[in-house]
Amino acid sequence: MAHEVVLKSVTIGKPREQVYAFWRDFSNLARFMENIERIDVIDERRSHWVVKAPAGKTVEWDATVTEDEPGRRIAWTTGETADVKNSGFVEFKDAPGDRGSEIHAQIVYDPPGGGVGEFFAKLFQKEPGVQAHRDLRRLKMLLETGEIADTDAPDAASRAHAGPV
Amino acid sequence: MRALCWHGKHDVRVDTCPDPKIVNPKDAILKVTATAICGSDLHLYDGVIPTLHHGDILGHEFMGEVVELGRDVDRSKINIGDRVVVPFTIACGQCHPCKTDLFAACDNTNPPPKADMMEALYGYSGAGLFGYSHMMGGYAGGQAEYVRVPFADVGPIKIPAGLNDEQVLFLSDIFPTGYQAAENCNIQPGDTIAIWGCGPVGQFAIKSAFLLGAERVIAIDHREARLDLARQAGAETLNFEKVKVNETLTELTGGRGPDACIDAVGLEAHGWAVDNVWDFAKETLKLTFDRPHVLREAILACKKGGTLSIPGVYGGILDKVPFGAAFGKGLTMKMGQTNMHKYLHPLLQLIQEGKIDPSYIISDRLSLEDAPKGYKMFHDEQDTVTKVIMRP
Repeated sequence: MAHEVVLKSVTIGKPREQVYAFWRDFSNLARFMENIERIDVIDERRSHWVVKAPAGKTVEWDATVTEDEPGRRIAWTTGETADVKNSGFVEFKDAPGDRGSEIHAQIVYDPPGGGVGEFFAKLFQKEPGVQAHRDLRRLKMLLETGEIADTDAPDAASRAHAGPV
Repeated sequence: MRALCWHGKHDVRVDTCPDPKIVNPKDAILKVTATAICGSDLHLYDGVIPTLHHGDILGHEFMGEVVELGRDVDRSKINIGDRVVVPFTIACGQCHPCKTDLFAACDNTNPPPKADMMEALYGYSGAGLFGYSHMMGGYAGGQAEYVRVPFADVGPIKIPAGLNDEQVLFLSDIFPTGYQAAENCNIQPGDTIAIWGCGPVGQFAIKSAFLLGAERVIAIDHREARLDLARQAGAETLNFEKVKVNETLTELTGGRGPDACIDAVGLEAHGWAVDNVWDFAKETLKLTFDRPHVLREAILACKKGGTLSIPGVYGGILDKVPFGAAFGKGLTMKMGQTNMHKYLHPLLQLIQEGKIDPSYIISDRLSLEDAPKGYKMFHDEQDTVTKVIMRP
């Protein structure tokens, strides 16, 4: 039951090698991928992913890097026994002129049935490219400015209390 | 803290709200000393801007004293205790648009979930704005005692001693907006510029057009007090309730038409429309059309090969615009939100040199607690009210 996926891209004003190096250290992915709580790098190729699921729970799996062309392309996949099969690839290209680099990414989730499966199905089936699109924009913000724009944090205090004061 | 919050159509109230805190390392917290109501705030007041939530703090024209700085703010550019004016568009200074002076198109200041809304409507998202709905970023506005200012070493401009708040407050939006509108006219020696709308932006466009070398400025409105202000600035004036604007403009310019036309009116508060967009956007957006009377007139009035400069806010989809006329005459159209950061220093310098004192348009001064009254006045009494400023 693979889901339809969409390739998403973003242009980042940094050299392709720098963006590659940032992505290749998978422990960095949690900093811009909203659904990832944490990734622990086990060795050169393997990493352990902890991903947010409903009701404050997490889903965990191990992933393996299957392709690695430095500065150009990274591909990864979960093992066959993972609860949620996930695979993806990202390509790093030079952007025209002095615009930095173009990042093209595709991420697939292939969940089983059941509660967690339904959660992923709902999240990714309806708008498959939306999450990747947002995550790539967050990556761009992080690399270009050092921070990710946020108006939902509690301290952002953008409105009055809902109730009477 | 106390802040002016939106609660529905014609319902704004000063509420007690949580104090803003540092969220990101380049934020600053400002203690607001002066703030103003913008003509575009009236669209929020009229309830025609989508993606506003009850309790949202409004206000994008503000200045004050820096009271707190995030860890990564460059202290060689801004420091605690500085008196600053803050541009209403939030820009990172690092992305390609910012580096090419297109600060209103900043890639990095509309948070991704909110930017999706603007992308659904426009194709791509521009910069986040203070206090102007969630589609524009959901940032708390500055009609409040305190406000969080992201990228504090990029936007805010320090004000030297010797200038009072009223002289500089309008660097936050309307003076640069009027100036960009005039600059976009590409004024050549001998040019006549026609300006529709004598509200504050139109007033600054008039003064800016002269500063940029216009020979004549013809200002169009129907409120005598505003036309009077325009005359005081050196403009010739037309009251559209008394004369046929296009015919008059033609004769006043020896049959040529004005060299450039500025639409400082924008959408006439009748809401935005969408066409073939994402389901989510469709649910939350109201279904009416922007009304383009001024734009129609300006297109028809403009000389052949002239320029149409549009600072007036438009949101959705226009109906019945004489695009054939624009094509047939080979018009150039320049428009958009103000690229604020490009203008702050040059315009501050003009104020320091005494070439302009923007405070002349202030008609009313209130305390922040009276802000709801200020909105009502600005909305209902435009014959006598030109600009309302407030102090917390």
